[in-house]
Amino acid sequence: MTTGVMVGDVTQIPPGEGRVFLVAGRQIAVFHTHAGEVFATQAECPHLRGPLADGLTGGTTVICPLHDRAYDLRTGQGLKGEPTSITVYPASLDDAGKIWLSITD
Amino acid sequence: MSKEKLVVVGNGMAGARAVEEIIARGGGDRFDIVMFGDERYGNYNRILLSNVLNGSQNADEILINPLDWYAENGVKLHLGEFVSDIDRASKIVQSKNGVREHYDRLLIATGSRAFIPPMAGAYAADGKLKTGVFGYRTLDDCSDILDYVKKCKKVATIGGGLLGLEAARAMMVLGAQSHIVHLAGHLLEMQLDIAGGGLLRKAIEDMGIHVHVKKSTTEVLGGDSVEGLVFKDGEKLDCDMVIVAAGIKPNAELGVRAGLRVERAIVVDDHMRSVDDPNVYVVGECAQHRGRVYGLVAPLWDQAKVLADHITGKNASAAYHGSKLATKLKVMGIELASMGINEPAEDRDEVVQFSEPKKGTYKKLIVRDGRLVGGILMGDISKAAYLMQAFDRDSPLPEERLSLLFDLGTPSQKITFDEMPAEAQVCNCNGVTKGAIGACVAQGKRSAPAVMDATRAGKGCGSCKQTVGELVAWFCGGEIEDDPSIHYYVPGIPLRKPDLIKVIKEQGLKSVSAVFTALAGGEEDAMSKPALASLLITIWNKDYEDERDARFINDRVHANIQKDGTFSVVPEMPGGVCTPDELRRIADVAVKYNVPLVKLTGGQRIDLVGVAKEELPNIWRDLGMPAGHAWGKSYRTCKSCIGNEFCRFGLGDSMGLALKIERRFRGIDSPGKLKLATAGCPRNCSEALIKDVGAVAIGDGKWEIYIGGAGGSHVRKGDLLCIVDSEDDVLLYTGRFIQFYRENAKFKERTYTFVERLGIERVRAVVVDDSDGLAVQLDTAMQESIAAAYDPWREAIAPKTANQFNSIVDAKGT
Repeated sequence: MTTGVMVGDVTQIPPGEGRVFLVAGRQIAVFHTHAGEVFATQAECPHLRGPLADGLTGGTTVICPLHDRAYDLRTGQGLKGEPTSITVYPASLDDAGKIWLSITD
Repeated sequence: MSKEKLVVVGNGMAGARAVEEIIARGGGDRFDIVMFGDERYGNYNRILLSNVLNGSQNADEILINPLDWYAENGVKLHLGEFVSDIDRASKIVQSKNGVREHYDRLLIATGSRAFIPPMAGAYAADGKLKTGVFGYRTLDDCSDILDYVKKCKKVATIGGGLLGLEAARAMMVLGAQSHIVHLAGHLLEMQLDIAGGGLLRKAIEDMGIHVHVKKSTTEVLGGDSVEGLVFKDGEKLDCDMVIVAAGIKPNAELGVRAGLRVERAIVVDDHMRSVDDPNVYVVGECAQHRGRVYGLVAPLWDQAKVLADHITGKNASAAYHGSKLATKLKVMGIELASMGINEPAEDRDEVVQFSEPKKGTYKKLIVRDGRLVGGILMGDISKAAYLMQAFDRDSPLPEERLSLLFDLGTPSQKITFDEMPAEAQVCNCNGVTKGAIGACVAQGKRSAPAVMDATRAGKGCGSCKQTVGELVAWFCGGEIEDDPSIHYYVPGIPLRKPDLIKVIKEQGLKSVSAVFTALAGGEEDAMSKPALASLLITIWNKDYEDERDARFINDRVHANIQKDGTFSVVPEMPGGVCTPDELRRIADVAVKYNVPLVKLTGGQRIDLVGVAKEELPNIWRDLGMPAGHAWGKSYRTCKSCIGNEFCRFGLGDSMGLALKIERRFRGIDSPGKLKLATAGCPRNCSEALIKDVGAVAIGDGKWEIYIGGAGGSHVRKGDLLCIVDSEDDVLLYTGRFIQFYRENAKFKERTYTFVERLGIERVRAVVVDDSDGLAVQLDTAMQESIAAAYDPWREAIAPKTANQFNSIVDAKGT
């Protein structure tokens, strides 16, 4: 079942950075790009559990801070030779600046 | 638009390679391609003919383009058709058997044939070579030789160049008594000097091959078939077979008949076009460019690329400027590399050489103005990849000439790449083997950055980067692609660091996002952000517009991230000195916050490891000590020994100087981390000789300043920058050097690479002798940076960004 969840105001995340949100007992990394978009992914890197929200972002790429594994925030696809991919969750901003995620159980 | 027709005369290594390059540039959509090949085979690797001759490979194993390849790529191939005429007026080529093709563009790649020097009795009455005399150039020559040698006991090979030596060896392997007859005074005279040629001769004679030098053959004896050779000096050599490998002769007759300008070969311009006809291109051994005809394979690759760029319009200004000749080969099992000249040619030429005849090792380099202009490596060619690159790019050589011949200071490379097994791990951080790198190159990644991206090799600690680069070059056979982006400060902005600094200043770009918008078309690149942030801080100091997302996580929370996402906290402790009260506060904090590990660092400080992000501000507040900056690309710390205060050997106050250094440079960002040390005497207990900057007291108030030392993944003794008379001067020159490094080093380039890249003489000229008049400017810039530096742990009081220290935010809607 898919549920829409409001996780908070976009001002909770500085532009270009990510933060981990606790959503119904589950940790999800949410990113706020300079272009003003929001994206949500699994919180830990599949390689060695690095905190993705602490990674560097550029456009729609995030790079894990531990070993530089790179992923596409839109699709979760591994980039730059990274074979694994990460789970992504549909995320959007409403007119009031609130971040909404769709979580499928 | 209908397709043009490209006709290629010649299906050897040059013709087929050129067609491959044209197809790789989308030329298949632009041209209908038709090829003529005189031989009966698809394109094969002529360099490997000797393997066919000595039986280690079959003919089909040396094919590069089997016949399927032509069909798959839509190339029409006329096999066994010798093109005899070109009618340029009506644009038609015609073969001896009458096959005609019209062309819009023509490519002549007819190569060369064996040169048969004038000798009486070499030819039979029918004009063909006498029975038992063979040229050595094609697969058909090989099979003829293999047939005939079965009934021979004694074979003479005329020519002691690369081909001749391999042919002579094959004859020996096949059981004949093998003789080499050579005109010059020593073997391989194009590649080797007299000493090298002598060593090679000995090695060859040890294999059982007879070598005759300074022999000019005047006559081939025998009625119906060969019975011997007569030399100019009157001597004779009995033999029942002769292989002629005395050089090549360009197949340029077709050019003559077509009315093209032909000297030693068909004369071409820088686009590889005939100088007479813009629709006729020429590549390979039948082309003469700027007076030179090349007989090696590497120049041919270069020519094919230029031609393909030009003919497809991919780069209409592509130009060939000639090739520098360097070659790496195995002659009769002996490893050999040769480049440029083999004897000094001018008075200023400097010769560096090493010879160990017993082992068959010989190395000789010719250096002109600090650049390599020639070299010979025999026996041990482990430095070949590096030297050939330095030769090709004309790059400056390290002052330590010995390091050109041998690996010094680092664990010696005991085995060559040839011997290295495929499963040998090259990158230990990411577990990448030699075989994986080879596979990646085979898939078409032909530059070090491309291979590193695809395999992750070199992306851990980075200490294997050079080896990875050399391996890529080795797998590419020296034919590595130059990736211009390696010279850029960040990949997305095509500017070197000094140029980028200029543009940033001119346009007043003060934040990382402003740089992306103005110079990279708005395209953000994650990995470039910290590099740009570091640069902008260096340029603008207090006026830098700090965007925290541009910094690595360590710089956002002023602590060093650990493998489990926790952080380590290191307070400032200059020279490893603290008060009992500070020590007690550190202990109290460790107890209060249940810090899992308390550890002394290599920089003589105390590390509190395993701290959650949330606790960082509280811990800083409780410590009441400034940040130790143990997390970033910045000044880190200054170690010290006890110095003259207590030590009976002390000559200078190393602890006091360490404190002054730390107070002055703390919080200064730089391209790589800066670890410093001071030593109170040359016993060097604080390891000042292997630091980015080290000051060593030598008495009478004097200090030696060493720079570019390293004791980490790379070990290097620092270079002596200068000797100064006071602690103030240590601070002055340290600051000036650091600023010079900040403005000129690549991001993440440590001082040991930077100093080696520029050379200590250059650094000393700028920093000490003020050769470029930069001293005042560097000192002023450093002073501005010092004034703008601050203690980031003050953010404990006022966090800079939302949720800066929260590792988890509660979702509001749940």
